[in-house]
Amino acid sequence: MSESEKNKAHIKFFLNGEETEVAFAPHKTLLEVLREDLGLTGTKHGCELGECGTCTVLVDGRSILSCLMLGLDAEEREVTTIEGMAEAGELHPLQDAFADLGAAQCGYCSPGFLLAAKELLEKHPKPDRELIKEALSGNLCRCTGYIKIYEAVEVAAARLRGEEMELPRESLYGCE
Amino acid sequence: MTKNGNNGKPLKVVGKPFRKVDARAKCTGQTRFADDIVLPRMLYCKMLRSHEPHALIKKIDAKKALALPGVVAIITGSDLPIPYGILPVSQDEHALCIEKVRFVGDPVAAVAALDEDIAFEAMNLIEVEYEPLNTISSIDEAVMIDEPRIHNYGDSGNIHKKISLEFGDVEAGFAEADLVREDTFFYEGNTHLPLEQHAAVAHFDPDGKLTLWSSTQTPHYVHRALARVLELPASHIRVIATPNGGGFGGKSDPFNHEVVVSKLAMLTGRPVKVTLTREEVFYCHRGRHPVLMQVKTGVKKDGAITAMHFKSFLDGGAYGSYGVASTFYTGALQTVTYEVPRYKFQGVRCFTNKPPCGPKRGHGTPQPRYGLEVQLDKIAEQLGLDPIEIRRNHLVKPFSVTANYLRIGSMGLGACLDKIAVGAGWRNKFSGWDPDKRKLPYGKGIGVACSSYICGAGLPIYWNNMPQSGVQLRLDRQGGVCVMCGSTDIGQGSDSILAYIVAEVLGIDPFDIRVVTADTDLTPVDLGSYSSRVTLMSGNAAIQAAERARELLAIAVAERLGVPIENISLAERRVFDVENPEAGVTFAEAVVLAESKFGTIGTVGSYSPPPSPGKYKGSGVGPSPAYSYSAAIAEVDVDPATGIVVVERIWIAHDVGQSINPVLVMGQVEGSVYMGLGEILMEEMAYRANRNVVHKFPSMLEYKSPTTLEMCDVKTYLIEDADPNGPFGAKEVGQGPLLPVPPAVANAVYNAVGVRIDEVPITPEKVLKALREKAKGRSGRYGPESVPEVSWPEPLKVLTPAEGGDGRELPHVAVHS
Repeated sequence: MSESEKNKAHIKFFLNGEETEVAFAPHKTLLEVLREDLGLTGTKHGCELGECGTCTVLVDGRSILSCLMLGLDAEEREVTTIEGMAEAGELHPLQDAFADLGAAQCGYCSPGFLLAAKELLEKHPKPDRELIKEALSGNLCRCTGYIKIYEAVEVAAARLRGEEMELPRESLYGCE
Repeated sequence: MTKNGNNGKPLKVVGKPFRKVDARAKCTGQTRFADDIVLPRMLYCKMLRSHEPHALIKKIDAKKALALPGVVAIITGSDLPIPYGILPVSQDEHALCIEKVRFVGDPVAAVAALDEDIAFEAMNLIEVEYEPLNTISSIDEAVMIDEPRIHNYGDSGNIHKKISLEFGDVEAGFAEADLVREDTFFYEGNTHLPLEQHAAVAHFDPDGKLTLWSSTQTPHYVHRALARVLELPASHIRVIATPNGGGFGGKSDPFNHEVVVSKLAMLTGRPVKVTLTREEVFYCHRGRHPVLMQVKTGVKKDGAITAMHFKSFLDGGAYGSYGVASTFYTGALQTVTYEVPRYKFQGVRCFTNKPPCGPKRGHGTPQPRYGLEVQLDKIAEQLGLDPIEIRRNHLVKPFSVTANYLRIGSMGLGACLDKIAVGAGWRNKFSGWDPDKRKLPYGKGIGVACSSYICGAGLPIYWNNMPQSGVQLRLDRQGGVCVMCGSTDIGQGSDSILAYIVAEVLGIDPFDIRVVTADTDLTPVDLGSYSSRVTLMSGNAAIQAAERARELLAIAVAERLGVPIENISLAERRVFDVENPEAGVTFAEAVVLAESKFGTIGTVGSYSPPPSPGKYKGSGVGPSPAYSYSAAIAEVDVDPATGIVVVERIWIAHDVGQSINPVLVMGQVEGSVYMGLGEILMEEMAYRANRNVVHKFPSMLEYKSPTTLEMCDVKTYLIEDADPNGPFGAKEVGQGPLLPVPPAVANAVYNAVGVRIDEVPITPEKVLKALREKAKGRSGRYGPESVPEVSWPEPLKVLTPAEGGDGRELPHVAVHS
């Protein structure tokens, strides 16, 4: 047994609404605990230095970079990962809109974006484009140029407000 | 123009904005990337990388590392003595360096341990003794300094490759011109920066078979490299490309870490995983070559080009990679947008002690496109012509052959220019070249550029006569359809394209189909996700396989219904008589009828590109079954006080031939605009030449790439000028739309503040320097002044088609001067 495997820390927290207990090497980040000790690989990593936003999860409803938070600090807190976003097989409106508009291309940054957007819409049900950009400015995406992500957030925001919103024709087919 | 695949039937799936087949998985975090794979008893690998840029390895001592509890195996270069490389002409890499290291980051040893922390600790206990060698850090140094050689092969000293080609009498062309311009440009190197760091897992089973899961764009080429280096029969190796978390060309080479974990798995009998750190991804690189360019173009008064002589100088970094192809690409596609009746290309690629360059989105063509389009803007000004008109009036003709023997198919560039000119309100914003008559206020500017890209390389990377893409289709008696293809989904949606195309031909729903891809045991070969080849090539192969299956179903159902086979149609999950649509069977019943009649229903399809008309030595790079076209207008805001360039909006039109799925095409266009914007404004691979040629900032924080706050607004127009070689007429979209963005922005900056930044990226420092120069009454240009002297070989001369050439080089005549 290696040095790092000795003397595991043990915490209890609320993961995607479920009370969860886990033991892990105490120096591990929340990212590592989620992926390696709990097998929730939906949370991704792009730098493990807090630079890219890919590992974003929600802790007590706030988006945080799980690569910069110790697993120990999750004790007794509510953690939401991408695995907890759809409920009973029903996609969250953000996930639906991302899927419809191709806002997830390679899909690697998508969990982070979806969770950051979820936090945004919970605080600001009707964000304008500038606010969306601001809220997502800590998340890098190399595939989409962000445009389809903004459009998906706008569609999801409208639907979450209970408004009917068709997918914009220009988003699907381009300008006339 | 007839389109492959639909036989005039209205399209039900193709052209519709369906979800991707894997959209739900990607939006729920269920897609399994390489680093998500965990196997029982799996070991973790770390590679020790050189901190020396150029040095002989005198000694490696791993005793202390091996003694560390939890370390299972350590290997060094002597364990993997066989070299490899993506191109047959550049087999110059070893998985772990043997005699010397060639850049900071070159790996020298690898550890397999029980966990990543132990592997890391062990890696740092390995002692390596180096004998430093002088370094080569730039194109200039590589051209001037022959010794020490970074490699002991190549055209001379530290020159990897020299190319010299002449199509028609270029000097005669310059003599006919009313204006001849010569300009020099530099395009800095940059990198792919996929969000997913490369990762791989190897498993060697007790029966002697190796499986490698890897985030690779080219499982077939990895398969070949592993067989070579590991000395295993290829039939005992299975390579599975996991969904790539972004590729952009950066996962197209066989990589040392893939070889290393395979070897460690063989030695230990346990699965071994490697996941690179972000810093290591910068060292893998294979990104955009820094290219210095000299462009000489002759034009008539109306802007018609009479001749062009293009010289490019590439900084290749420490290994060959795709570099020979990249060098040819810097000279290949100049001829496919505007008529260039006579053309000369000279290119040279150098070795330097930096991470190797290779293919990044647009592979070797964004750099020359930038030079060509910015120079055309300067020419338009000198001739007093509108920048759109000068382009619009001299477009290459559809279905023609260029001076360098590239066969043009459909060509929608004129339509692209028309769309963006109206969309951007060009006439209301561009007011000619007189700064006193400008319509936009000083500081605001508008610029235009065009481009074209291949839809698949005409030739495979290794010489063979086999198809470039294969598709296998299996229909089962429950109505299930499984499509199998070696193609690799890197986020562009190639898995979905297969489903859409097969669904269209068989009249079923794309979500009825199971797609199995990129697994060398299960799927027929597709060469990989590079050169924008997948939709066209695997799409055509899928059409052929599906049409063969449709034929079997039609025969069986026609027999059952007692109608002629020609009457049978497949749509809405039914197979029926078009004259009596009520008479028919469900798709699943049709499969039962066909299986009863013919036995198990499986079909195959394959695709080989048409032969190229070019037969000269060097004609292998550039030919393609079709060419996509793009045009872009950029509107910018330049702050003369700070030099900061804000791109406010880009209007872009892309001729995609036919959208297989328009929303995915939109995504590729927008993503290309984004990547082009990053290249023109901020992205650069920069090294400290005087400090060991180390990378200045191998991190995502300091390697600047556009966030949401820098990304511009994009107005996209899709032009569908169907190409007879494309599936349903489709052409590429993954790479081409990047190309017009950098020059359109550069031209807009000139329009805004009157300075020419002939060097990419256009940083605030460069803009300010140019503005200060201009304020002193000088030209207000920032860019390279000259190119190095290179002793070029005598050009290989080819008569153009217009001169009656047959595509072959003229017999060599020795010239004494």
